[in-house]
Amino acid sequence: MSQPRKPLPSPTPETQHFWDGTKAGELRLQRCAEPACNRAPYFPPRPFCPACGSRKVEVFAATGRGTLHSYVINHRPAPGFEAPYAIAVVKLDEGPRLMTNIVDIEQTPEALVIDMPLEVTFHDAGEVTLPYFRPAGGAA
Amino acid sequence: MKPGSVAIVGAAETTEMGLIPDLSVIGLHADAALNALADCGLKPSDIDGVATAGASPTETAHYLGITPTWVDGTAVGGCSFMLHVRHAAAAINEGLCSTVLITHGESGRSRVGAGRWGPAPASLQGQFETPFGPSGPPSTFTVPVLRYMQDFGLTHEQLAMVAVVQREWAGMNPRASFRDPITVDDVLNSRMIAYPFHLLECCLVTDGGGALIMTSADRAKDFPTKPVYIIGTGESVETPMISQMEDLTTSKAFRVSGKKAFAEAGISHADVDHLMIYDAFAHLPIYGLEDLGFVGRGEAGAFIWEGNSRPGGKLPLNTNGGGLSYMHSGMYGMYALQESVRQVRGIAPAQVPGAKISVCHGVGGMFGAAGTIIMSNERP
Repeated sequence: MSQPRKPLPSPTPETQHFWDGTKAGELRLQRCAEPACNRAPYFPPRPFCPACGSRKVEVFAATGRGTLHSYVINHRPAPGFEAPYAIAVVKLDEGPRLMTNIVDIEQTPEALVIDMPLEVTFHDAGEVTLPYFRPAGGAA
Repeated sequence: MKPGSVAIVGAAETTEMGLIPDLSVIGLHADAALNALADCGLKPSDIDGVATAGASPTETAHYLGITPTWVDGTAVGGCSFMLHVRHAAAAINEGLCSTVLITHGESGRSRVGAGRWGPAPASLQGQFETPFGPSGPPSTFTVPVLRYMQDFGLTHEQLAMVAVVQREWAGMNPRASFRDPITVDDVLNSRMIAYPFHLLECCLVTDGGGALIMTSADRAKDFPTKPVYIIGTGESVETPMISQMEDLTTSKAFRVSGKKAFAEAGISHADVDHLMIYDAFAHLPIYGLEDLGFVGRGEAGAFIWEGNSRPGGKLPLNTNGGGLSYMHSGMYGMYALQESVRQVRGIAPAQVPGAKISVCHGVGGMFGAAGTIIMSNERP
């Protein structure tokens, strides 16, 4: 019997660079290239700067480091998931936040400490590679 | 809008509430609409403006036999009906229509004629949130709360108390789904849904509907019902993605919407007799009390814990029992509006003595949108 599949993203032309990045082992963010703008990194991907509206933007590789900003531990699993598992928001060192899963750590409130340092790890999900996070410096 | 220029003259919910297996979504819209028309002595042909979410205005107007000169299909989630009230007030004042029907109906539990929930895989939410396993609002809307608890020291007991107090209100309401008293321990011992949220900190899933009829304040005095004047309105949106809120501990849409409504009404928080804050989950009243300015940042948990929002407290909040105990079809905003209307009319099951001004605040999506309506039984 086949397992139910996890829901996977369908990349669009505006987000393709992000998903190409995860396949290549890079967490790609964007920032404004307009000298007059504050050039703050932003996420999710879009082909213009959300701060000033300029279409002059650049893609760059983030460090992949961040902290555990918030999470829930879900007991009602989505298709393809095994409960309980954490659905987390990570705050990247570059500023933007993103939703992710935390791996290589027990999925408990005791293990998952708010503000703990994390690093990106890439999970091959077939057509796409998903950015997960784990405790910085290896398993806790 | 001009404060007091427009009034709600008709208001009603569906005949039944909770489990309604014999009506589809459009049937619930119609049942509520017919009840609201009967409430103010009108026929469908008297309506020339239609606003709705869930069903389309086209569907609703045709089903009821209405030929509108103004429609609004704003659908930003559960607070859409607050936005409809605001837009209808502007439309009536502009002369685009004279008598507006706003409808809601949702087969949340029975799923008769209901669609599927879930973002498209190519949407930003579908690409950057869904792959990480949120299985609906209970594991998505709740994601910001540990951040709030860390920053402001809100305790698990204080979060549980929100549900306890609302059950107290529900106990006074014969139409509420859950009426038996509960304790903080009951809440904390109920099944874990998405840590830190237990079952009793999550809203119900029920069937129901509601409808409102609005007209100009000048015409409102000729109706059989006591006019409920709209004195302040606000709306805003922030983000479809919970992870992309500007700050996980406060809703920008709440703040923008609330500020606009209070400024329009020209009232202070001390003038408010009754308050509704859409409570899909137990943290919503906490965010709402702070973002609307009733208490300072980080103070709402203690404010509720100390009994200020319970029966007899200084700020009666969610007096129908709320989404946690009264009913929650999916887009609960309509029921919050209905309870504000009942309180201002003086006919609520758990009536706040002498209530004159009610603030009704709704959320849409998951901190995605907000709408705020301030009602009064006196024309300013």
